[in-house]
Amino acid sequence: MNMLQYIIRRLLQLIPVLLGMTFIVFLIIRAIPGDPALVILGQQATEDAVAALRESLGLDEPWYVQYFQYLGNLLTGDLGESIRTRTPVNEEIWPYLATTFELSIFAIVIAVIVGVNAGIISAWFQNSWFDYTAMVLALVGVSMPIFWLGLMMQYQFSLQWDWFPTTGRENVRDPVNAITNLYLIDTLIQGRFDQFVVVLKHLVMPGIALATIPMAIIARMTRSSMLEVMKSDYIRTARAKGEKMFWVVYKHSLKNAIIPVLTVIGLQTGLLLGGAILTETIFGLPGVGRYIYEGISSRDYPVIQSGILIVAFIFVMINLIVDILYSVIDPRIRYN
Amino acid sequence: MKTQEKVLDVKGLRVSFFTDEGEVPAVDDIDFYVREGEVLGIVGESGCGKSVTSLSVMGLIPSPPGKIIGGEIKLNGEELTTASEKRMRQIRGNDVAMIFQEPMTSLNPLFTIGNQLMDAMLIHKMGNKKQAKQRSIEMLKLVGLPRAEELMNDYPHQLSGGMRQRVMIAMAMVCNPRLLIADEPTTALDVTIQAQILKLMKDLNTKMNTAIMMITHDLGVVAETCERIVVMYAGKVVETGPAVEIFKDPQHPYTRGLIQSVPDMRYKKQRLYSIPGNVPKPGSIKQGCRFADRCEFAFDRCRQEDPPLYQTAEGHSTRCFLFDEKEETAHDNRNTVKS
Repeated sequence: MNMLQYIIRRLLQLIPVLLGMTFIVFLIIRAIPGDPALVILGQQATEDAVAALRESLGLDEPWYVQYFQYLGNLLTGDLGESIRTRTPVNEEIWPYLATTFELSIFAIVIAVIVGVNAGIISAWFQNSWFDYTAMVLALVGVSMPIFWLGLMMQYQFSLQWDWFPTTGRENVRDPVNAITNLYLIDTLIQGRFDQFVVVLKHLVMPGIALATIPMAIIARMTRSSMLEVMKSDYIRTARAKGEKMFWVVYKHSLKNAIIPVLTVIGLQTGLLLGGAILTETIFGLPGVGRYIYEGISSRDYPVIQSGILIVAFIFVMINLIVDILYSVIDPRIRYN
Repeated sequence: MKTQEKVLDVKGLRVSFFTDEGEVPAVDDIDFYVREGEVLGIVGESGCGKSVTSLSVMGLIPSPPGKIIGGEIKLNGEELTTASEKRMRQIRGNDVAMIFQEPMTSLNPLFTIGNQLMDAMLIHKMGNKKQAKQRSIEMLKLVGLPRAEELMNDYPHQLSGGMRQRVMIAMAMVCNPRLLIADEPTTALDVTIQAQILKLMKDLNTKMNTAIMMITHDLGVVAETCERIVVMYAGKVVETGPAVEIFKDPQHPYTRGLIQSVPDMRYKKQRLYSIPGNVPKPGSIKQGCRFADRCEFAFDRCRQEDPPLYQTAEGHSTRCFLFDEKEETAHDNRNTVKS
């Protein structure tokens, strides 16, 4: 019951955060020089034509009138209409979001599985060759620019060895019949396992490229957290009971050590969603980062506003989930 | 009925820590034994090697840097220093259990009391979940905790320090070990709770015939619970004997100092005695008796030779030249000690 109240309270707290977000984004994009009408009509457009288009787009109104119109629409769930494509953002944005979701979830799963385990084993066998190797690799991973890593992977694994396709989400000659737009799920629903494998192969390289930095951060965080926990008295107690070292590490220690790591995982997942743009660009994936980027270059205000709002919303939600997970894991954390 | 059989027999145990500054001997050639159903007190100041000794028996010396470099530890006749890690796991918690100084931090905060109690039994495959649960509740009742069934679902942070130590004791006793090692079990508790916990341990000792190795720096604890005492100083046993005798007639100057340092209600006005100086850093004394620098009776030989254990009575021996029958100077001094 307390938990439910807590979640409701947190959701209510979201409202001012998101409201503030919309306001800032709204103002900033209007502060960038450039005019959507001019972008659409081109350099040669007459002033009358530009003014007419501005009026039909509602851009001639004072900014606060525009803002409250935008807010009013938001409340009814209307994200507005793209200035460039003239289609509602609601309809347009999902395939892009789905692409980013699929990629980010794939990447974070890799990052968590590899990162957490690398951290655990490094802490368990502290100062062993594994520990040194893993931590040097983690340092390299954190420092490596994604675009460089992505290009190197494309060169080696696609061009040289032909293991994985260079770009895209699917085989263009045999496109996936989109239902949810999460292609891994779509292909499974339709029983197209051949396509599933193709889609998976397309995900591997961008997934690994995107996972590198969070993986490295998670590994280092897990290691230091585990080292701390494994020194504690209750771990000695567990060993004194005759518990196997594997369970001492993976049960008694990990549950305690994972809490700070969860914070990092939450933040990194949020960052991936917004920050996948480099990876999406290199690997030719139509993700939400690219959607927003295209919106910015054509001054497509509704697209930019909605795109950023949705990414921010997801970011905040992930952190809410992390906070809830804390209390599930640690009985001492109770929200009331 | 107490038999004379030794549950634990430690001979010539040497444990060293290998640090950047070289080898540091923490325990240096100690002998002691625990008889079945007996309570043995191991007494000494902080840093004299008590805890290292107990961790050696459990095979839990942090390694590296710690290492048992010599001697033998026999548990029910079985050699532990050479036992495999797998065998040690079977022994820990089953034949020998241990409770620690800090009840506040010795229980895992993220698992329920029930889970942690049942664990001990399930690890050693002493029964299924249902039996483990039943036994755990029984043990909680045995250590005097109220509403045992509800307690099973509680988390450690919901309990007080004294209750947690009772849980620790219950957990240690779940598998009915033959030896319980208690490393300063009452140090972190307040005085009234201390007395209750000691009484509980003494009761369990009589009821279940579990031998207890009580490690403490508190002579009050020893006086209340132990039958025999081993006094340790700087990694060595300096005196050992029956508790009554040691309290009545302490022989080693260090033991005397310890006993004198206990506040006595009868002499309230006097300043409390304290042994001058500090325990030497392990490994810092290379020659002579390790207590010589703090000893008021020390003479030349003490600074040159390491004294052996001299037997002074049946089951009572002391590591001091004052008790060397051949030592001339010692006799006068010994008389001073006695007086």
